[in-house]
Amino acid sequence: MAEKVLFQIKRQRDRTSDSYWEEFEIPYRPNMNVITALMDIQKNPVNRQGKKVAPVAWDSNCLEEVCGACTMLVNGMVRQSCAALIDQLERPVKLEPMTKFPVVRDLVVDRARIFVDFKRVRAWIPIDGTYNLGPGPRMSKEEADVRYSLSRCMACGCCMEACPNYNEHSSFIGPAAISQALLFNLHPTGALNQDERIAAVVSEGGVQCCGNAQNCVEVCPKEIPLTSSIGYIGRQATAYMFRRWFRR
Amino acid sequence: MAYKPRVIVVGGGLAGLMAVIKIAEAGVPCDLFSIVPCRRSHSVCAQGGINGAVNTKGEGDSPERHFDDTVYGGDFLANQTMAKAMCEAAPGVIYLFDRMGVPFSRTPEGLLDFRRFGGTLHNRTAFAGATTGQQLLYALDEQVRRWEVEGRVTRYEGWEFLSTVLDDSKVCHGIVALDIATMEMRSFPGEAVILATGGIGRIFGRSTNSLVCTGSAPGAVFKQGVDYCNPEMVQVHPTAVPGEDKNRLMSESLRGEGGRVWTYKEGKPWYFLEEKYPKYGNLVPRDVATREIFKVVTELGLGVEGKALVYLDLTHLSQATHDKIRGVTEIYERFLGEDARKVPLKVFPSMHYTMGGMWIENKVGTAEDHMTNIKGLYAAGEAEYQYHGANRLGANALMSCTFAGMLAGPASVRYMKSLGGKDASTVPSSVFDAQRKREEERFAELKKRTGPENTFKLCDELGDMMTKNCTVVRYKKKLLESVDKVKELKERAKKAALTDDGGVYNEPLRFAAQFDNMLEIAHCITLGASLRDESRGAHYMPEFPNRDDEKFLKTTRCAYAPDGPKVTYDPVDIQYIKPRPRKYD
Repeated sequence: MAEKVLFQIKRQRDRTSDSYWEEFEIPYRPNMNVITALMDIQKNPVNRQGKKVAPVAWDSNCLEEVCGACTMLVNGMVRQSCAALIDQLERPVKLEPMTKFPVVRDLVVDRARIFVDFKRVRAWIPIDGTYNLGPGPRMSKEEADVRYSLSRCMACGCCMEACPNYNEHSSFIGPAAISQALLFNLHPTGALNQDERIAAVVSEGGVQCCGNAQNCVEVCPKEIPLTSSIGYIGRQATAYMFRRWFRR
Repeated sequence: MAYKPRVIVVGGGLAGLMAVIKIAEAGVPCDLFSIVPCRRSHSVCAQGGINGAVNTKGEGDSPERHFDDTVYGGDFLANQTMAKAMCEAAPGVIYLFDRMGVPFSRTPEGLLDFRRFGGTLHNRTAFAGATTGQQLLYALDEQVRRWEVEGRVTRYEGWEFLSTVLDDSKVCHGIVALDIATMEMRSFPGEAVILATGGIGRIFGRSTNSLVCTGSAPGAVFKQGVDYCNPEMVQVHPTAVPGEDKNRLMSESLRGEGGRVWTYKEGKPWYFLEEKYPKYGNLVPRDVATREIFKVVTELGLGVEGKALVYLDLTHLSQATHDKIRGVTEIYERFLGEDARKVPLKVFPSMHYTMGGMWIENKVGTAEDHMTNIKGLYAAGEAEYQYHGANRLGANALMSCTFAGMLAGPASVRYMKSLGGKDASTVPSSVFDAQRKREEERFAELKKRTGPENTFKLCDELGDMMTKNCTVVRYKKKLLESVDKVKELKERAKKAALTDDGGVYNEPLRFAAQFDNMLEIAHCITLGASLRDESRGAHYMPEFPNRDDEKFLKTTRCAYAPDGPKVTYDPVDIQYIKPRPRKYD
């Protein structure tokens, strides 16, 4: 009898319906991941009780942990499900949608809020125009490497899921947006308007909402030094406050 | 509120986002449609780098050299005017990304670093670690966000393009799109539409592509009359990690940084690429490398452990080099559990990119530039066919897609201004309603289908067949069988009962709609390949092993007909570089 893996999946028909659990048994194959199993269900949408059901809805795209689409709770831990290898997971495998964003259906949530917060912190370099102005500013390898490590943020939502202070009752922008603000403040051109970003980061929902739980840096799939970013932005914010105070 | 003339851009990858930025800069409103949040577009997967002859390595590199490498790499099927324009603009494009804040890897003097890539002897590939596509995509996404805040861009993320709105004269006035969450369909007016919908990997089942790269959009507009060119020119990347859900790309930059391909022969490591191609070694262009690996495994039977795998060895590289390629090797470690510093990677070729795509005009600087054969409808990026001919050089895609957006955006604005006020609001609403109704009826028909088939399983069948018959080695007989198989799948798809009656985020229903469109492109690929009796670039037929410029130095052009694509041929623009034999040894 071929080996089967038991999945327990938290489902929901739409935004306002109640959630319910459903079980599926998926044939085991070496090196399979959670998404392999969800694709199996699409091809054979029958639950453990033998009942034909609608396949589980989930969000994914790149399947190699660079796009940030497939975030969900796997056995209670928030992570990218494409990289959740069955061989490394306790069974039965429990799948749940993120809890900090509204559920659209089954494992799909609406993460539009993340991009609203990216707008708030002005997460871009305000270039003059796309016409050719020659090379950008020189930068040391070390500076470039630091900026590279911050630039890997996929807006996956793991840090927000893990953060106790990020939820629907708070306007906290979360670790990712704070780290993005720093990414642009660290660029020579971005530094020219860093006060705009810092002003956003100390306004309502800003860095002052961070309670230093340090969950974010533990769950970030790209190992971004989020707590370092939060600390550094805090320093920039303090200097900004003094600058403003003395300019009055 | 009065209607404001605008351009619609479909697709939020490099080509689409660059077009949006150019349009917004010109002061024209822009509506941007993307199935996934733009940040998750497939451009994010690109690893190795972006080509431009910036020449900071003292090598005497130049745009002319880059142009020759590109045209030679494409086996002389690329339209040279566009390829030349791209190579000339390339250094400026890299500088632009630099100014936008892309964290490119740097030299000790603080300049951009450049690495070597396939099909060239010069270091002209700028890179950000080994995740370059991610950083480039994010830079453009950030710039678009800035224009959103300024009110010039409206994003429709989580919306899928279904088809264009055409009037009785077949002029494009907008699109019909689907809200993926609510399954609501709406028509959107626009003076011009740019399709930057990317690749078609899902037609091959498993590829290096993301799941949204279905080929549904070009298939949909193919049925509406947009011609599709060189469909048979499909790139198979030599080094990917085969997987059940996806073949995960192992960037060419691994070889660019010194990685070596080998397998065991008579008990000893055999570096077969280095032996056969002393000049380019492991950095021969992708079609050449892929064919060698394929031959070593399938003909000589020398696959590692008797499997369809060869070694890509990074164990001899320094820690500093490993740091540069960490973004790729960590994928291998995450999914295969092995450390690339200690053991060689096990890889095999995988479908990766389409050089073929929608037909577009190539009159740089005019309103027609990048326009398809439907007036007011443009294509940019991997979705069109202009730049790479029969084979694409590594790191040329990030450049060509960005450059295509830089041309298509301004072209669409020129076209819009040429309309002289006759914008979409002068088109009767009945035209928009009619197209929306057609799509609603199409989806209603999909819901009514009954039968034992499952669309996802049919896609596996299509993918297996396309991979076996239409990738590295193409036998005429197998190609003709593939054409018949595509026709068979078109019929069997009608007998696939829908597994999901949900009114929210219904992926099975969307995929059924996409699959019908995908089969049109698959039909073009198989038919186009079966008619090209020569070997050129990525298209290799053992019965016709040589390039035949006399008979086939021409572009395959497919037009839709209900019983199958009608194939004609266009001349190739070879005005700058005369074809010569293509050798990399």
